Amino acid sequence: MRNSGYFSQFGGAFIPEILVSTFDELESAYLEAKDDDSFWKEYLELMSTYSCRATPITRLDNLSEQLGGASIYAKREDLNHTGAHKANNVMGQGLLTKRMGKTRVIAETGAGQHGVATATMAAKFGFDCTIYMGAHDVARQRPNVFWMEQMGATVVAVKDGSQTLKDAINEAFRDWVTNMDDTHYVLGTACGPHPFPEMVSWFQSIIGTEARQQMLDQTGKLPSRVYACVGGGSNAMGIFSGFIDDKEVELVGVEAGGRGRGVGGHAARLAYDDATIGVAQGYKTYFLQDKDGQMQDTHSVSAGLDYVGVSPILSHYHETRQVRFEAATDDEVVEAMQRTVRHEGLIPALESSHAFAQAYREAPQMSPDENILINMSGRADKDIFTVADAVDDPKWRDFIITKAAEYQMGQNDKKQGNGHA
Amino acid sequence: MPEQTKLELAIRQKLQQKKLLLMTHIVLGYPSFDDSLRVVEDMVKAGVDLMELQIPFSEPMADGPVILKANAEALKAGATVEKSLEIAERIVSEFDIPFLFMTYYNILHTYGVNEFVSRCESIGIQGCIIPDLPPAEGLDYLEAMQADKLAPVHIFTPNTPDDRMRFLSDNSAGFIYSVARKGVTGKETTFSDDLSDYLARCRANTTLPLAVGFGVKSREDIDFLTGKADIAVVGSETIRIVEDQGVSAVKGFVESLVA
Repeated sequence: MRNSGYFSQFGGAFIPEILVSTFDELESAYLEAKDDDSFWKEYLELMSTYSCRATPITRLDNLSEQLGGASIYAKREDLNHTGAHKANNVMGQGLLTKRMGKTRVIAETGAGQHGVATATMAAKFGFDCTIYMGAHDVARQRPNVFWMEQMGATVVAVKDGSQTLKDAINEAFRDWVTNMDDTHYVLGTACGPHPFPEMVSWFQSIIGTEARQQMLDQTGKLPSRVYACVGGGSNAMGIFSGFIDDKEVELVGVEAGGRGRGVGGHAARLAYDDATIGVAQGYKTYFLQDKDGQMQDTHSVSAGLDYVGVSPILSHYHETRQVRFEAATDDEVVEAMQRTVRHEGLIPALESSHAFAQAYREAPQMSPDENILINMSGRADKDIFTVADAVDDPKWRDFIITKAAEYQMGQNDKKQGNGHA
Repeated sequence: MPEQTKLELAIRQKLQQKKLLLMTHIVLGYPSFDDSLRVVEDMVKAGVDLMELQIPFSEPMADGPVILKANAEALKAGATVEKSLEIAERIVSEFDIPFLFMTYYNILHTYGVNEFVSRCESIGIQGCIIPDLPPAEGLDYLEAMQADKLAPVHIFTPNTPDDRMRFLSDNSAGFIYSVARKGVTGKETTFSDDLSDYLARCRANTTLPLAVGFGVKSREDIDFLTGKADIAVVGSETIRIVEDQGVSAVKGFVESLVA
């Protein structure tokens, strides 16, 4: 006897006994929704009226010409409400939460995009909402934390472990084992115990379904290659699902190369050979771990890709060679992002910029009658502090110094005011 | 698991003399391996009947803040699986009570499930509690444990249905670990009538001895459990005492429970 939810040897549900009935309930709700055509209809209706679906594909005219070789297209997930593909998953799970009759949602977040998306969904559906975020990420992503709190969510800064995404996931599970009766855990990526990898990929498949049709409509054929960045793997699963049966389309997953090879300097589980198969956070996949099975620190300029594990479905595609995995380093990523901003007026998130970096590397070697498609999974507004540092913009620095001085003065005035009162 | 394990026999024998046994929990290597040894010695002298030795893991998802921190500190201080196994071997050879390992599945998976179980057998560890390994995912583990006559201990919870309890019991040996409430280790538990009903339901669904844990920390809790369970488990509270008052305070605390 084996639990369902395996993709060759990857996946499974390694969960504490206290959650077994909660996962049984979630699995049945998911399977019923999947069988119910009206559920998907309601989902599409919601995504086209509350978010911006269908998101378009855009040809990168200038860069296609400058780089030579293949024509480059981007699938514009940045145009979703809240600025990333995360909305697709969150709204779907929101509908499922309603269906299960639960009134509270919790979520982990790395970059903060999934946290913002979940807080948005909670505000719209009227759910209570708590977001777990590594303290390190809270420090990196203040603008997202600001919006989550404005939307009424409680943001908990997790100070355990490496204070990043994996620690936020552990903490969300700890909340869930206590409050599962009224709470749904909106896991943000195609990882975790069954049915999450499959369910999140299902909601994200809306990207690939649209993109395939759009490429056919706009270019008359399928793209030669499709690029997506891979953190947990949900945006990649989303766009790849549209092309997985098309043998002529090569799928390329791009992981965080960080500072390059060697444990601790990156988050490339599949492209580099530093990861091994293990079981943590409720599922089996490739993890960046030591020889005892202890999880190791990871690094990426983008908080959203800074994660020790990867979708079990992508580990499976790695073994079957249905997806090729590459890594882009921090420097390459910032360069690719600047180039995209400067020449196309598009602002890809640092996460998505990994896919752009790899596409720009490969496009010139391809034939001019080939097309390639990049999943632009999100926009970079949230990254403004990181990006401004990375490009070392002196005017931005002056602005922050001035702004800080204003706050400082305001605070002094307040203190003095209090003193007089 | 039809065969009675050494662990179950030892528990049943002790139950002839005492109505409620006491099991405690330590994290190996926290605050150091020398301290682990000392805490075990104090606990055994104070009258603890059996002990869980936790091999530290970086992602202890079922544990609350106290044990989570102990895991992290032990790893930071250089604890490895090999060192944990070595200290366990010493503990088992020096002290004459049953010892179990508690750890997460990745430790076994990485070490090799069969190799890990054989090592338990050769060290003299009598059973294992692996909270993130449901029977359906742990067939290799269950087979290896059975082959070596060791006890795989599974967990009952307040929202485990009767048929699931029977299934878990069928795949367990030694005893059943029943958690008194939802949530993670080390939080408050209300010892109430609801709990009595739940424990009665646990009893009805297993013939194995019943241990109760999660939030047991005082003489009153122990009195409440007497007659309703066979083993009281004190986990986070002893670790909290080490953290707040130092290693030397453990003995007095345990004595206050068994007095």
